[in-house]
Amino acid sequence: MSAVTSMRRPAAGYIETLLAGQPQMRASPLSWINTLRAQAVRSLDVLKVPTLRDEEWRFTDLSPLTGLSFQPVRSATALRAADIEQFYLEEATTRLVFVDGVYAPQLSTTLADDSVMVANLSSAGAAQAATIEPHLGRHAAFGDNVFAALNTALLQDVAVIVVPRNVTLTAPLHLLFVATQAEVASHPRCLLVAEPNSSVTLIEDYVALQDTAYFVNPVTEIALADQAHVKHIRIQRDSAKAFHIADCAVSLERSSNYQSVSVALGAKISRYNLNVRLAEGAECVVDGLALIADSQLADTHTSIDHTQPNGVSRQLHKCIVGGSAHAVFNGKIMVRQGAQRTDSVQSSRNLLLTSKAQVNTKPQLEIFADDVKCAHGATIGQLDSDEVFYLKSRGLSDSVARNLLTYAFGAEIIERIPVASLKHRLELKMLEQTGSLP
Amino acid sequence: MIYQDSKTLLEVRGLRATVNGVEILKGLDFTVKSGEVHAIMGPNGSGKSTFAKVLAGHTAYEVTAGSVLFEGKNLLDLAPEERARAGVFLAFQYPIEIPGVANSQFLRLTYNTVQAQRGQEELDPLEFDDFVREKMKLLEMSPDFLGRSVNEGFSGGEKKRNEILQMALLDPRLAILDETDSGLDIDALRIVSQGVNQLANRENAIVLVTHYQRLLNYIVPDFVHVMEAGRIIKTGDKSLALELETRGYDWVAAEHQAAMAVAA
Repeated sequence: MSAVTSMRRPAAGYIETLLAGQPQMRASPLSWINTLRAQAVRSLDVLKVPTLRDEEWRFTDLSPLTGLSFQPVRSATALRAADIEQFYLEEATTRLVFVDGVYAPQLSTTLADDSVMVANLSSAGAAQAATIEPHLGRHAAFGDNVFAALNTALLQDVAVIVVPRNVTLTAPLHLLFVATQAEVASHPRCLLVAEPNSSVTLIEDYVALQDTAYFVNPVTEIALADQAHVKHIRIQRDSAKAFHIADCAVSLERSSNYQSVSVALGAKISRYNLNVRLAEGAECVVDGLALIADSQLADTHTSIDHTQPNGVSRQLHKCIVGGSAHAVFNGKIMVRQGAQRTDSVQSSRNLLLTSKAQVNTKPQLEIFADDVKCAHGATIGQLDSDEVFYLKSRGLSDSVARNLLTYAFGAEIIERIPVASLKHRLELKMLEQTGSLP
Repeated sequence: MIYQDSKTLLEVRGLRATVNGVEILKGLDFTVKSGEVHAIMGPNGSGKSTFAKVLAGHTAYEVTAGSVLFEGKNLLDLAPEERARAGVFLAFQYPIEIPGVANSQFLRLTYNTVQAQRGQEELDPLEFDDFVREKMKLLEMSPDFLGRSVNEGFSGGEKKRNEILQMALLDPRLAILDETDSGLDIDALRIVSQGVNQLANRENAIVLVTHYQRLLNYIVPDFVHVMEAGRIIKTGDKSLALELETRGYDWVAAEHQAAMAVAA
């Protein structure tokens, strides 16, 4: 394998450090996994960590990340259930736990019968491996993405979910990624394969036990076959000192339906790339909320790619920015030639709470078909003075009125989370963060 | 109702106010005593809604001259929330929606805030639930409205009922209803009016800002005022509203100009 070549590459010290453990990784019994890793290592030969001069990164300065040296996880932290019970969700009886990126079987409850699989990659049988192979590493392109390439080069534990044809999983599945160690880099990986006419709700949840600096670099791939339904909730509540750079690729086959709510609360610097590709008649609802303060930076880049006719996409992205925090939203909607009768609505709404808070928002429509319905818009503002007045006229103080309206602004997204206990917890978190209600 | 021994609640003298540098109120005089129901009518743009918002303390309006005394205190010195706690209530023409905040939560928060300020007992969620359900019966509102987000997805009539529900909870001394009748069908108008009538007593007073005489069939005013170009130019009893309905406003303005010419 070419890992050795990459180690000799000059002036690539940062990636080298992060790849330090790669040559020692034990070979996977699945030969295609080893090939995939090797391809990613080769990609890293030519890829560089992006700078502000790269168009896709022009507002997100990664020098605070590259200025620190993060090590691979040397030994996994042994956690007890009591350490992480606070994050459990009563609706989600099936839960996979990863501690600093390492699968923790003693904390996980898997689901595996003849066909359904919710487990770590290592437990996949031959038939399941054959189902996984055409998907893992095939949706999240790493040829031009240094972080996805890093993740793939270091691919080991993978949360794998396979929902067979015509199967509906009513209880949501919880993937819990717990950060425990300072100054380590972890590369969580998820794959969800929803076979024809299946239905599933997935919660991807990033949490921290301590307020330390670490680097988490997840890649998620979701493949929806014809008429599959997937609800995907993604909560990033990392430590306020953490770096979170994530990539998610979603592929929708004919008449499938993908609904996602992603919430970014934590991390010093976070980046979420969400790429959704729709085939004929597929529908997606992609909602997001970034609620940040102090000197946090939250960057969301989404791409919704209508490749065939009759696709529907809806997107509402909101940012609430306090302190001297900085939110970035870049939302590209692509309607390819031949993707006739595409129906797409995108809205970016941003609330600035202080004079030092900053938002850069860029809705981007690229339409190459002539019979489409597309609308997009962006607003950046402060709280509406008529709304503040309404609440004050009911006796509420200025600060309570403002906090309540800030809460309500974010609650519009939180309300779309279809898991009651998680919704409730996030509401409380938001109340705390916006200082609302006694 | 006019009572002989009533106290003066509101006394407005020579009130002038501007918005974005444009003068809307141009020397307005207006007095309200406890127990009374007043109607302020007038053409679009005459300053009726501005007057309502100035009384409630909207910061977009700047008071440039005149005085407003509420129970003898200078109302203009008070922030909007202090006015609310002192007993001034404005029912909005366009109540705002607050998605994500349950109506019950919001109503209890405002109720308890005002109760605390008045040195009165606050209610826990269970006690409040009983209390608010009683008040909702007054307005024939379904308890479903407690669980929904504040005004979100409410019809025009439902929003107005929710406004009057807040009036019932906050128990103001002076309630200003800004076009509460607009957008109401006949049934909703009757229900809202009955609610207001039940809340009226000899300690409080109600000011109705309206375009239409229709509302005054249900809530009978003691005084009807005509506003024109930022002033009250005529005051009469309930029969004036009927006359306005048939003759319009032009004659009042003409009569006023003639009187001014004579005075000059």
